[in-house]
Amino acid sequence: MKLGLAIEELHRSENHLARVLLAVSDRHKADHEVFYVARDIAGWSQRHVQELARIGADFGVDLDPEPEGEPGILEKIQQATSDLLGRRPEPGLLLLADLRHVHREAAGVSLDWELLAQAAQGARKRELLELAERCHPDTLRQMRWANAKLKESATQALVS
Amino acid sequence: MTSSFPSAVAFYTTGQLFLEEYYTLGLIAHGGIGTNHVDGNTRLCTATAAAALKETFASDGQPGSYTDIDSADVIALYGHNMAETQTVLWTRILDRLAGPNPPQIICVDPRETPVARAATVHLAPRPGTNVMLMNALLHEIVGNGWIDREYIEAHTVGFDELEKRVRDYPPEVAAEVCDVPAEDIRAAARIIGHAQRLLSTVLQGFYQSHQATAAAVQVNNINVVRGMLGRPGCGILQMNGQPTAQNTREAGADGDLPAFRNWSNDSHIKDLARIWNVDPMDIPHYSPPTHAMQMFRYAEEGSIRFLYVTATNPAVSLPELARIREILAQERLFLVVQDIFLSETAQLADVVLPAATWGEKTGTFTNVDRTVHLSEKAVEPPGEARADLDILIDFARRLDLRDKDGAPLVKWSDPEGAFEGWKECSKGRPCDYSGLSYDKLRGGSGIQWPVTEDAPDGTQHIYVDGQFWAQPEYCESYGRDLVTGAALDETEYRALNPTGRAVLKAAEYLPPHELVSEEYPFQLITGRTLYHFHTRTKTGRAPQLQAAAPEVWVEMSASDVADRGWAEGDLLELRTPRGRVEAKLRISGIRPGVLFLPFHYGYWDEPGGHEPDGFGRAANELTLTDWDPCSKQPIFKTAAAAADRLGSGDGPSAAPTTTSSRPVTGDVPPTRGGPAAEAVEELATGGAR
Repeated sequence: MKLGLAIEELHRSENHLARVLLAVSDRHKADHEVFYVARDIAGWSQRHVQELARIGADFGVDLDPEPEGEPGILEKIQQATSDLLGRRPEPGLLLLADLRHVHREAAGVSLDWELLAQAAQGARKRELLELAERCHPDTLRQMRWANAKLKESATQALVS
Repeated sequence: MTSSFPSAVAFYTTGQLFLEEYYTLGLIAHGGIGTNHVDGNTRLCTATAAAALKETFASDGQPGSYTDIDSADVIALYGHNMAETQTVLWTRILDRLAGPNPPQIICVDPRETPVARAATVHLAPRPGTNVMLMNALLHEIVGNGWIDREYIEAHTVGFDELEKRVRDYPPEVAAEVCDVPAEDIRAAARIIGHAQRLLSTVLQGFYQSHQATAAAVQVNNINVVRGMLGRPGCGILQMNGQPTAQNTREAGADGDLPAFRNWSNDSHIKDLARIWNVDPMDIPHYSPPTHAMQMFRYAEEGSIRFLYVTATNPAVSLPELARIREILAQERLFLVVQDIFLSETAQLADVVLPAATWGEKTGTFTNVDRTVHLSEKAVEPPGEARADLDILIDFARRLDLRDKDGAPLVKWSDPEGAFEGWKECSKGRPCDYSGLSYDKLRGGSGIQWPVTEDAPDGTQHIYVDGQFWAQPEYCESYGRDLVTGAALDETEYRALNPTGRAVLKAAEYLPPHELVSEEYPFQLITGRTLYHFHTRTKTGRAPQLQAAAPEVWVEMSASDVADRGWAEGDLLELRTPRGRVEAKLRISGIRPGVLFLPFHYGYWDEPGGHEPDGFGRAANELTLTDWDPCSKQPIFKTAAAAADRLGSGDGPSAAPTTTSSRPVTGDVPPTRGGPAAEAVEELATGGAR
């Protein structure tokens, strides 16, 4: 069975999504809602990483339970810069591009959860299925957030 | 007028004008100019009330009545210091407490407020942990089966998810996070769970704190799972912070469309366009109307160039004042301020329009339990001041705003005409005024909407027998994600709630965004005192009120003060990454680890005029720019701060002794009104009283 592989892939993609969300947060510190919400929901992906690492052991994969990369010095500089650049209109366009990116990444993770859930069901791995059922809705909420925020921000960024 | 014109124009209004003025403003902005940027300072006071009602009932509209106080056997006040914010309503509770069969009172507040002193159980949670506390209360109520299963099955959706969610929040977990004894949580839950007639009220302690909407929604959930709605004594009062905030919400001057129309329902927009006789495309509805915090962000980045402020004072009331002052002072921003005094904000304006106040103009206002009153002009406004309605109509005429047939867009020229226009707009919607008239409002007392042909004397209770305004085609809102704020679309809502039941929305607890640290060891909350309103624009000019609370103070608990060897009246410097404030220390009954600053004090009566001259005294120098993603209400009650002693003051702080700031140490002279505060009323029928 290739369940271990699927878990490993999801562990990687959730880690990546968390990093993307944190990076978007850092880039848009002057857009306060984006700054805070992106951090809050990056936490969901980080929790998924931990849960995947825990269950991975049952399927013979050894995964790091510690989510990658809390912001370091570079990110702090990015936050300060975004604060300073907050007076210019271009960040609005950059935000649209970033939200689009988050949506695509989250959509990828969502598909990964779909795959894992299907496999878990087929292999009758109850605990793994429950994990997917618990985590996948968070991913869908991350996607919906990116979509809704994009919809809300697009007009002013493009028309003004 | 270029193509970007509408999106460069913004209106920021208030909760202190009349219904007729809000409706006219909404028409001018949405229907005439076509901008989506319209909001009120109600964003700071009552946005979460509206948002919480929209989440649970898919529409604004108060599921309670003041009369519920008269028959409730349990009254739970969540973050609601009613004794200092709605004094008349509080006397109604005091009457009950002093009479036969007094109700039991539950109080959730980190301060020892007069409400807390009257409470059967007082829970004083750590700021920013309201959702944790509410989930623990629901854990007990649901877990012990103190619920109305029949009601839940017939009239709600979402119970299974709520039940599952609150299972993770036993009182012991909440006790740890909120720093409230688990047995107190259980005691409160038992009282609420056994109430025969439960009235729940909510205000700024929830609305201006972390996870505002999620917490306020859990209050709704308690009443809903207990089936405590739509009959005497059973209600929810998601309160307002200002006299006419309800009208700002109804009339569409606050980030909503008029008469609780749904911006994402095309047929609602079409209907509004019919009433206004404009093209539906001319009413922006591509997203919810822009909220205040986002408008200031757009002004900061330069895409809003014209800001028209009516009857509010963002230069003192918004968070992170250094940032707000910089935004308002920008050369590229044209700022118009319409107010009754030269407020801090007016001092920064390019144009100031002197306006009349209530008593100098006529209009209606509606309080939080849907009661509509007519307030008639008693005296002429002074000098060049004009009624806000007259100024707005003049503005529309000078802009030559027209409907699609070329007639003037604003079809009225006086308050009664505007009211008649509003009646047409509200007809058939939840806040239906169609059965009202100025004549009907004269003489007697106020009347509660909806007032229709079927209910000519108004409606004391809505949501009787579990009938809601939540049907997909009728409702005001499809709801939002309580954590991300993402708006649901019609399809999602239809799947969730096809027949328009109440929605039980569960919420996970998230830690506050700004946590205490070694550098900033205190949690800072800001709030109100009995003697002042908003930024003291009026109350600071009333000598008796000014004397009762003449200057800013900071509250700290006796144990925190003892740890540091400080004393009542010491001069402290308070710091956050945003700024610093100096204030004299009042040792009060506040919970340890928390600092309280009243938010009223600005600079209009200080040498700086609109900004600090030397040290700051406005609490909002310190607050952070962050808001609830769902209601967009700024967070004033979850910041980390440092406090240092600068020296001893010359005597105790001047904080009132009659309120939540009551001193816990001796030797503080009591707050007294004195002869200047006494009033004598001569009745026409003779005799003084």
